[in-house]
Amino acid sequence: MNELDVKTVGVRGINLHLNGLPKNTNEKHWVIKNPMGQHSIAVGLSAPLQVDINGHVGFYCGGMNAHAELTIHGHAGVGTAENMMSGVVWVKGNSSESAGATGNGGLLVIDGDASSRCGISMKGIDIVVGGNVGHMSAFMGQRGNLVICGDAGDALGDSIYEAHLYVKGKVASLGADCIEKEMRSEHISELERLLKAAKRREKPAEFRRYGSARKLYNFSVDHADAY
Amino acid sequence: MEKTPPTLPRKSATFDDYTLSEIRRAASTGIYDIRGGGAKRKLPHFDDLLFLGASISRYPLEGYREKCGTNVVLGTRFAKKPIELKIPITIAGMSFGSLSAQAKEALGRGATIAGTSTTTGDGGMTVEERGHSEILVYQYLPSRYGMNPDDLRRADAIEIVIGQGAKPGGGGMLLGQKISDRVAAMRCLPKGIDQRSACRHPDWTGPDDLEIKINELREITNWEKPIYIKIGGARPYYDVALAVKAGADVVVLDGMQGGTAATQEVFIEHVGQPTLACIRPAVRALQELGMHRKVQLIVSGGIRNGADVAKALALGVDAVSIGTAALVALGDNDPHWESEYNALGTTAGAYDDWHEGKDPAGITTQNPDLAKRLDPVLAGKRLSNYLKVMTLETQTIARANGKSHVHNLEPEDLCALTVEAAAMAQVPLAGTSWIPGKGGY
Repeated sequence: MNELDVKTVGVRGINLHLNGLPKNTNEKHWVIKNPMGQHSIAVGLSAPLQVDINGHVGFYCGGMNAHAELTIHGHAGVGTAENMMSGVVWVKGNSSESAGATGNGGLLVIDGDASSRCGISMKGIDIVVGGNVGHMSAFMGQRGNLVICGDAGDALGDSIYEAHLYVKGKVASLGADCIEKEMRSEHISELERLLKAAKRREKPAEFRRYGSARKLYNFSVDHADAY
Repeated sequence: MEKTPPTLPRKSATFDDYTLSEIRRAASTGIYDIRGGGAKRKLPHFDDLLFLGASISRYPLEGYREKCGTNVVLGTRFAKKPIELKIPITIAGMSFGSLSAQAKEALGRGATIAGTSTTTGDGGMTVEERGHSEILVYQYLPSRYGMNPDDLRRADAIEIVIGQGAKPGGGGMLLGQKISDRVAAMRCLPKGIDQRSACRHPDWTGPDDLEIKINELREITNWEKPIYIKIGGARPYYDVALAVKAGADVVVLDGMQGGTAATQEVFIEHVGQPTLACIRPAVRALQELGMHRKVQLIVSGGIRNGADVAKALALGVDAVSIGTAALVALGDNDPHWESEYNALGTTAGAYDDWHEGKDPAGITTQNPDLAKRLDPVLAGKRLSNYLKVMTLETQTIARANGKSHVHNLEPEDLCALTVEAAAMAQVPLAGTSWIPGKGGY
């Protein structure tokens, strides 16, 4: 295990060091001390590192992550793991808005609550939220899975494409073109896999599935009222 | 009894033929009109300005013997690796998806021969484009279609797109007929569906957040790449000031004549300001912040020739960008395809249904049979020829005004032909020393 201290080297020093490591480095486990809510910690990582961040982080922690496994032992600010390509980002606390935004792959786990726009424009990422999510989550979600073990705020899945949404609790309202859908066996398997990966105890049978009605896929004036 | 002479049939200036046809079209379809390109209405523009030239009070440079520099360096504020262009004319962002792969390749080839940059668009970076563009600017858009850190690092500069002149405040639209297998795969969307691009970025709101976003992009790219911020011509004074505050290296300002792949006609013609009206407020913002020439300003929207380039530079711009003109240089709207334009219900020079993917010239299409009509090598050569002509024209004007570098052109070299242009450009009305808004009236 190696340590890097934000107080000593700053965010620039952290990113410079972690991104400077060769892909096949033996120094795989890193602990970041004193993150102090700073922004852009551990962004753009591209090596299979294990990074533990001991404290709260600001915006974009784990942004564009590829291959690395980050654990944030605290709360996270806006855009956690935005545009993640692969790997894992795990928030032990809560995460602010736009968590996992535009993510292409990998797994984002938020043990606590996520704020609004969780999974906005998601493109293949898997997101598991232990608590609640705010309004407009999975807005224009294209691909991937958003699992919500608590409640969802207003306009869930607005203008959604092909992302899969699973909610255990209440949904305040569904967004344009988002509907409840049948939970088939392949969805139960998919959800089981995601809950297991996120170390959750909930059962797939407790969830309902939501997705696209596909009525807005090609513009029709008859559907203009949906907006 | 003598017959009363009839008056001639008189059409309304308000309800002209185009307006009547649009009312009929709307009544028939129930859908607003969508088209490509920029504003087509008559607007105050660079044609309303003239250069004064040199005589006794200014000393000209010899046209063919004395050097007149044209290079421009972009990204000198924060980037470790600013980019240097040989000419002050860049190629604007246009997406693979709206354009064919051949067209993107041709833009890269032409720009590279001319020593300038080209720019990706909404939909990501193609292999053809990167391979044939020596200097490639990578657009970072609200949709983030095709966005990935590898391409970000492969780029020479990053352009955060906040708006564009044809539709400031609007998102993008690529209709299903252009979503081919390849386009769909790059954008992570099903084939054949209408692709909507959001009008706001998904993970930041406002200038304070933008500053943090810029910082993230710099961290990911090791502070090497110049970061551009592209804005539409909405509120240029405030938007430029905020872009500078957020940490931009370069501001790209696109007036309402700037083109789009597809947007509502009503948006294109009725939202945003003309390019000419945007420049002086933008330059004033930079000057008041002490950032003029430190944060470079690129202006686009209706640039057609070296005179337009020279006039933009004289008003304080560092470089211009061309989109529509570049497509025309490749072969867009060429009379060679007139019979096919007629079959589409239009004529060469007026074709703007770029979103339908039926472009006879093979440029704004994903139809492989149409796309292969465009030879990327020949089209690239045409573009480089055009860029060279524009550069020579710019130099001609600069020398005539006694400038050894095109950046030495200044507002004092200009006069305006109309009161409107004088007010917008803040140069005197021709034959007077009057600048509207200055000197008391």
